[in-house]
Amino acid sequence: MRVQTKGALPIVAVAGLTTPAVTLADWTMNMSPGVTDSSNEIFSLHMTILWICVAIGVVVFGVMFWSIIAHRKSKGHKPANFHENTVVEILWTIIPLGILVAMAIPATATLIDMYDTTEADIDIKVTGYQWRWQYEYIDEEFGFFSSLSTPRDQIENRQAKGENYLLEVDKPMKVPVDKKVRLLLTANDVIHSWWVPALGIKKDAIPGFINEVWIQVNEPGTYRGQCTELCGKDHGFMPVVVEALPEEEYNTWLAEQREAAQLERELTQKDWTMDELMERGESVYASACVSCHQSDGSGSPPAFPALRGSAIVTEDMEAHIDIVVNGVSGTAMQAFGNQLSEVDLAAVITYERNAWGNNTDEMVTPKEIMEYMSE
Amino acid sequence: MSAVADTHSQEHHHGPAKGFSRWLLTTNHKDIGTMYLIFSFTMFLLGGSMAMVIRAELFQPGLQIVQPEFFNQMTTMHGLIMVFGAVMPAFVGLANWMIPLMIGAPDMALPRMNNWSFWLLPCAFLILVSTLFMQGGGPNFGWTFYAPLSTTYGPPSTTFFIFAIHIMGVSSIMGAINVIATILNLRAPGMTLMKMPLFVWTWLITAFLLIAVMPVLAGVVTMMLMDINFGTSFFDASGGGDPVLFQHVFWFFGHPEVYIMILPAFGAISHIVPTFSRKRLFGYASMVYAVGAIALLSFVVWAHHMFTVGIPLTGQLFFMYATMLIAVPTGVKVFNWVSTMFRGSLTFETPMLFAVAFIILFTIGGFSGLMLAIAPADFQYHDTYFVVAHFHYVLVPGAIFGIFASAYYWLPKWTGHMYDETLGKTHFWLSFIGMNLAFFPMHFLGLAGMPRRIPDYALQFADFNMVSSIGAFMFGATQLLFLFIVVKCVKGGEKAPAKPWEGAEGLEWTVPSPAPYHTFSTPPEVK
Amino acid sequence: MAQEQSYYVPDQSKWPIVATVGLGVTLYGVASIMVNGKQGESTTGSWVMFLIGALIMAYMLFGWFGSVIRESRAGLYSDQMDRSFRWGMSWFIFSEVMFFAAFFGALFYVRVFVVPWLGGEGDKGSSNMLWEGFQAGWPLVNNPNPEAYPGPNEVIGPWGLPLINTILLVTSSFTVTVAHHALKAGNRQKVKLWLGATIILALVFLTLQIQEYVHAYQDLDLTLQSGIYGSTFFMLTGFHGAHVLLGSLMLIIMFLRIQKGHFTADSHFGFEASAWYWHFVDVVWLGLFVFVYII
Repeated sequence: MRVQTKGALPIVAVAGLTTPAVTLADWTMNMSPGVTDSSNEIFSLHMTILWICVAIGVVVFGVMFWSIIAHRKSKGHKPANFHENTVVEILWTIIPLGILVAMAIPATATLIDMYDTTEADIDIKVTGYQWRWQYEYIDEEFGFFSSLSTPRDQIENRQAKGENYLLEVDKPMKVPVDKKVRLLLTANDVIHSWWVPALGIKKDAIPGFINEVWIQVNEPGTYRGQCTELCGKDHGFMPVVVEALPEEEYNTWLAEQREAAQLERELTQKDWTMDELMERGESVYASACVSCHQSDGSGSPPAFPALRGSAIVTEDMEAHIDIVVNGVSGTAMQAFGNQLSEVDLAAVITYERNAWGNNTDEMVTPKEIMEYMSE
Repeated sequence: MSAVADTHSQEHHHGPAKGFSRWLLTTNHKDIGTMYLIFSFTMFLLGGSMAMVIRAELFQPGLQIVQPEFFNQMTTMHGLIMVFGAVMPAFVGLANWMIPLMIGAPDMALPRMNNWSFWLLPCAFLILVSTLFMQGGGPNFGWTFYAPLSTTYGPPSTTFFIFAIHIMGVSSIMGAINVIATILNLRAPGMTLMKMPLFVWTWLITAFLLIAVMPVLAGVVTMMLMDINFGTSFFDASGGGDPVLFQHVFWFFGHPEVYIMILPAFGAISHIVPTFSRKRLFGYASMVYAVGAIALLSFVVWAHHMFTVGIPLTGQLFFMYATMLIAVPTGVKVFNWVSTMFRGSLTFETPMLFAVAFIILFTIGGFSGLMLAIAPADFQYHDTYFVVAHFHYVLVPGAIFGIFASAYYWLPKWTGHMYDETLGKTHFWLSFIGMNLAFFPMHFLGLAGMPRRIPDYALQFADFNMVSSIGAFMFGATQLLFLFIVVKCVKGGEKAPAKPWEGAEGLEWTVPSPAPYHTFSTPPEVK
Repeated sequence: MAQEQSYYVPDQSKWPIVATVGLGVTLYGVASIMVNGKQGESTTGSWVMFLIGALIMAYMLFGWFGSVIRESRAGLYSDQMDRSFRWGMSWFIFSEVMFFAAFFGALFYVRVFVVPWLGGEGDKGSSNMLWEGFQAGWPLVNNPNPEAYPGPNEVIGPWGLPLINTILLVTSSFTVTVAHHALKAGNRQKVKLWLGATIILALVFLTLQIQEYVHAYQDLDLTLQSGIYGSTFFMLTGFHGAHVLLGSLMLIIMFLRIQKGHFTADSHFGFEASAWYWHFVDVVWLGLFVFVYII
């Protein structure tokens, strides 16, 4: 519910603070009211407390500036003698206390509302990884990773930056409008935090625990946010993108995803050719491996070993599979067996063994990976 | 070494010893105060250089200057060095110099332990800074070093970082014990508690906070050490622990810590404003009670740093209410300062310029703090540049300007010379402008959606980031001017009388300038 | 005007810088042992460094306290100085209390909130979906991830060794108080007897604690790596034991000083400080006994 700011204030000087962010481009000065009831309530609370602070500031600084001008020794002003006044002191203790109590009431109401995650229409499990998000639609039996899709070339200033630089992903999370969506937040490794300003929620994703939040989006659109808890080197490179769709479009998308997941499960059984695996592997590599091992496989030793010319990648197949599936404990190499499908695992291992001049001509099939993982 | 004591009878006071060993072996509160101040300023420049690296990288979108891994080390070390190496030691330096003079004591209560407290700091920071050169790099997990980023995923140097923190803790605890014993025990006859100067009061309370919470910091880094090296699971749910446990224990230390970093400034400002208003401080008693209330409340608000971790609703509400409450005594202090100025007879020498800027800009920091206290609104502010703006406003024009104000105010007493007033005012104005250019835009950046601790950002944040970086470079360069001013003042300048400021009150102004090596060997009588 | 003794301010001293070097070398050595050990590299050099640091610290303790003792016995300390020492020791003990408070706080948080949440109860009970089959309980012998953190087979019940240790420590607080009264009465033989008894009780406590640790590690599979129960158990009892060791050393030094003829009926702050510390150690143990062993 939108609360209009109180009427007759000189709006010229303060226009920048009341105008929602979207119309002011690069000199954005304020948060936007957003597209959920919660975000709008928060915007009201924010503006109210801001104006209270401005008012108090004007009065207090006003008195001070007046003194600075009028009570200077150079103007001949002689110092007064007073150094206490019990009545005034009591007043300026009680009145601020009253203002705070007044503020606390709507803040409490909003908080209670935001904590109520019961009776949701949809549940999505959100897991923070280093350095991307995973969305699992637990009632629908499918899930996917959502990684930054801004090309490295843009980040490293070799290409002009796109409009949604650092705020774009390969697969956004999609939700229907006007439905209460409960998010179950957790993390795979370190603490991350899931935030979309337009939706008005931010909650930490803590490994080993579930944090529940809910959103109900009022308007269709694409809403962008970022991870907001330092989580390692690519903390700034794991955005959150949520697309709110009208219910019909959402249902269509849902059906497509269910089908694709089913297909993926079947794909594991099919016979893959080297070319198919290479093509698939290259795109898996670009999403899951490139940030540490680099697009040319040169890595960043010693923390991120080179894959190009590596003994494990060109010779020891068993060790290669083990490292990709199980990770290396005590290092940043994650256990991708939990994150990638058997098809993707087979594809990326095959790709690594043949790219950048490694040329082993070896391949691994999804069936072999499935067998390996069941041992 | 004498058979009886570290030296012969103290009846014949020498001046200071000659040579380098004077500084290693001293027990004199003035020497030790000087060393703390020099160390603090050196750390300020070091931490500041790291800020310059940060702002250089953030000057434009894209990665130009450093890689994200190194950027994270810079943000971490900038915070650690500023908090533990610049702000805290500066206030301890001021305490050492001024508390004995203000209460009419010959020195601190335990002078040898005093020197140990100081020398532990260069030792600790040598270890801390050396981590940058160790394999895997230095600490890269933010100055708040949350687990498990700092435990399971931290570089090997983390263990050294932990021990450096331990050493700093020992230094602080012993220093605080010294301050409390000095204030409670060595006041001149007639100086009751309610006749103590406000700087002494704020330090008494700060010392209490230090003794209470530094051991808790020691506890949390020890739990970290155990998780990293001995397989414990304090912060690992697999073993029944919780990463959020870290945050509770850390912020139980962390919140009083930020009051530790500001209360002494409150005290100093409470001296400077009356002096240059030529009018007694308004509301002495309520100032004392306000500081006490702030200190007490500071123990029960820690989870306002954790509004997004998912603590239960009741807890969330309690911490929101308690945090909002702190605005009341803080407001009382601001009103009292302004009332001191009101109808005074004001002049604006450099200390007063910094003090006035302190009142205005610290209050702005306080306002953003009040906004942050509103828990649901904090969901939008937390871990964004709005928070960075808030704490830089309370720390830079708050603590740092408080320190500058104190330095200019007491330099004549320390050195016997007046500093160059024109240069001082220049330092003030350039710092004021630079600081506001650097940090005011950060409010907007945070509200517009820019997270903290990122080396690169989306395009809509570019313009304010550029302005902020320019302001930061300006502020940083200006501090070299301060160095020049201090060195120039030490070496010479207009001779300073015992009381260079017309409106000043207090025992410290009854001794000559520069203050003799030993003062108040016989305590004065206070009416 | 009463001519009060002026407050003693020592002129110059090497002990602070010696202590700095000592502490720095010791802790850098300890850090090196841990880091090198964890990486599978040689720790010999680190151990040497640690030992050198420890020796410097020992040298410093003898030297610095020695100076203070000599100055005190030379009559250089006024009553005001005595009060400085009392304030100092009191506030130091307060800081130690806060150190333990951090660990007790952790134990409280884990037992009241974390473990129940992981087990499915309370506001964050949905976390249990990540830990299928995990059931909350205390002492926690089956951890959420038993592969990563195999729990203990058994825990240590309160009514065996821990009860004996409680009796030992409480008795020792009593004996040291008797010794103190004897000192105030000027009965030096009695002081040596009761102080000696205190020290013996302390050393027996330490021996039994070590025995209990060995038993835990070897027989009960209760180790630091046993999950949160083991972590909190060993941290609390371990740091307590370290403080008992420190306290015992202090009492032994007081005993030696009594032998040497130090202290008078009116002036014996070193003894009092050690006794205060001893009582603090005892109170912490009572807290441990209740919250770690019994409840």
